Amino acid sequence: MIRSQLLKSILPVIADQLVVCNIGLPSQELFMLGDQPNNFYMLGTMGLSSSIGLGVALAQTEKVIAIDGDGSVLTNLATLATIANNPRPNYILLIVDNGSYGSTGDQPTYAGRKTSLAAVARACGCENVVECEAAETADALQTALDGDQMTVIVAKCDSGNIDVPVIEMSPITIRERFMGEVRRRNES
Amino acid sequence: MVKEVDRRIVDDLVANDIGFVTTVPCKQLAGVIEVLQGRDEILHVPSNKEDEGMGLCAGAYMGGKRPCIIMQNTAIGVVVNTLATLIQYYQIPLPMLISYRGEVGEKVACQVEMAVHTKAILQQLGIPTYHFHHGEQVEELDGILKHTAMCKKPTAILTDANFWSTAQ
Ligand SMILES: [Mg+2]
Repeated sequence: MIRSQLLKSILPVIADQLVVCNIGLPSQELFMLGDQPNNFYMLGTMGLSSSIGLGVALAQTEKVIAIDGDGSVLTNLATLATIANNPRPNYILLIVDNGSYGSTGDQPTYAGRKTSLAAVARACGCENVVECEAAETADALQTALDGDQMTVIVAKCDSGNIDVPVIEMSPITIRERFMGEVRRRNES
Repeated sequence: MVKEVDRRIVDDLVANDIGFVTTVPCKQLAGVIEVLQGRDEILHVPSNKEDEGMGLCAGAYMGGKRPCIIMQNTAIGVVVNTLATLIQYYQIPLPMLISYRGEVGEKVACQVEMAVHTKAILQQLGIPTYHFHHGEQVEELDGILKHTAMCKKPTAILTDANFWSTAQ
C-alpha cells in the first residue's frame, strides 16, 4: 500500500473532520481524491503540518487531524516535544511513514533506516503513540477520533507515487473556506 | 525582573485580542515572557524554533485566535521561507515582537553579524518594520497591532538595547 492508497482508505474517516495536510504530493493526492472545505492544504513550507494542526487544536475545541510525513517530521523533529508538552484531546497527528521523501523522488529518509519516529515521539513525552500498518490506518484513526486523548499515529506504508495535478486553488481560498468550517463547527 | 514596559506591552496585546503567543526567549524579552505567562487571556506556548512557532501561529489564527510571535532578530535568518510561503502567502496577520540584538549597547560581538542583515532581510520581504529605540516609543505598539490585523501581514517590531534600557 502506498501513500495515495492509504489516503484513499481514510477518506470515509476524515470526511467530517478538520484536516491539515502536508505539503507536496500528500496535499495534491488528498485534493484529487477527496477535496472538502474542511481540508487545509499546505502549498509551501516543509515541516509545519504538525505545528499548524496543533495551533488549530490549541485555539478551539473541535478535533483536528494533522497529516504529516516522515521526512517532514524529521525536518521539524522538535515539534514532537511541543506536542507532548501541550497535549490536547482534540489533536491527532497522523504520520504517513513511507521511509522516503516522496514528493522529491522517493529518496530514503532516516525514518526508513534506523530512526523510529514512534520511539522519538514517546521519548518526547507523547503518551498515546500508535504504530500501525498502512491497511490498519483507517481503523487506528477512527479509534483515535472516538477516544478523548491526544494520539500520534505512525502508519507504515510503501514508498511510491501516482500522477496528480498541482493544486491551483488560491491560498486565500483554501484558508478562508477552512476557517469558515472551523467557525461553523464551533458555533453550532 | 519585570518592568512597567513589560506589563504595558502585554496589556496592548490583550487589548488587541491577541489570544495566542509563542516565544523563543531572549534575555531582553524575559520580562514580557514572564508577564504573559501569568495572563489568563493569552495562551502562551513556547516553541523550539521560530519557524515551528510560525506554524503554530498560522494554525491558531485559523482556529480563531489572533497570534503573536516573540523572538530574537537572529530568527529572521531562520524564518524567511516560512514568512514567504506561509504567513505572507496565506495572508496571516502576525506581529513579530523582536529583540533587536547587536545594536549599540550590545556586549556580544557576534550579535552584530545578524543585526547588520536584519533590516535588509525584512525590507527584501516587504515586511512593515518599526524600530523602537527610545522607551516612549512603546506608545506606538497599539497602533501597529491594529495595523497588522487590518492588513493581514507579518509586521516586525524591532526593540533594541536602548529601548529596553530607557523604557520605564
Ligand atoms: Mg515520506
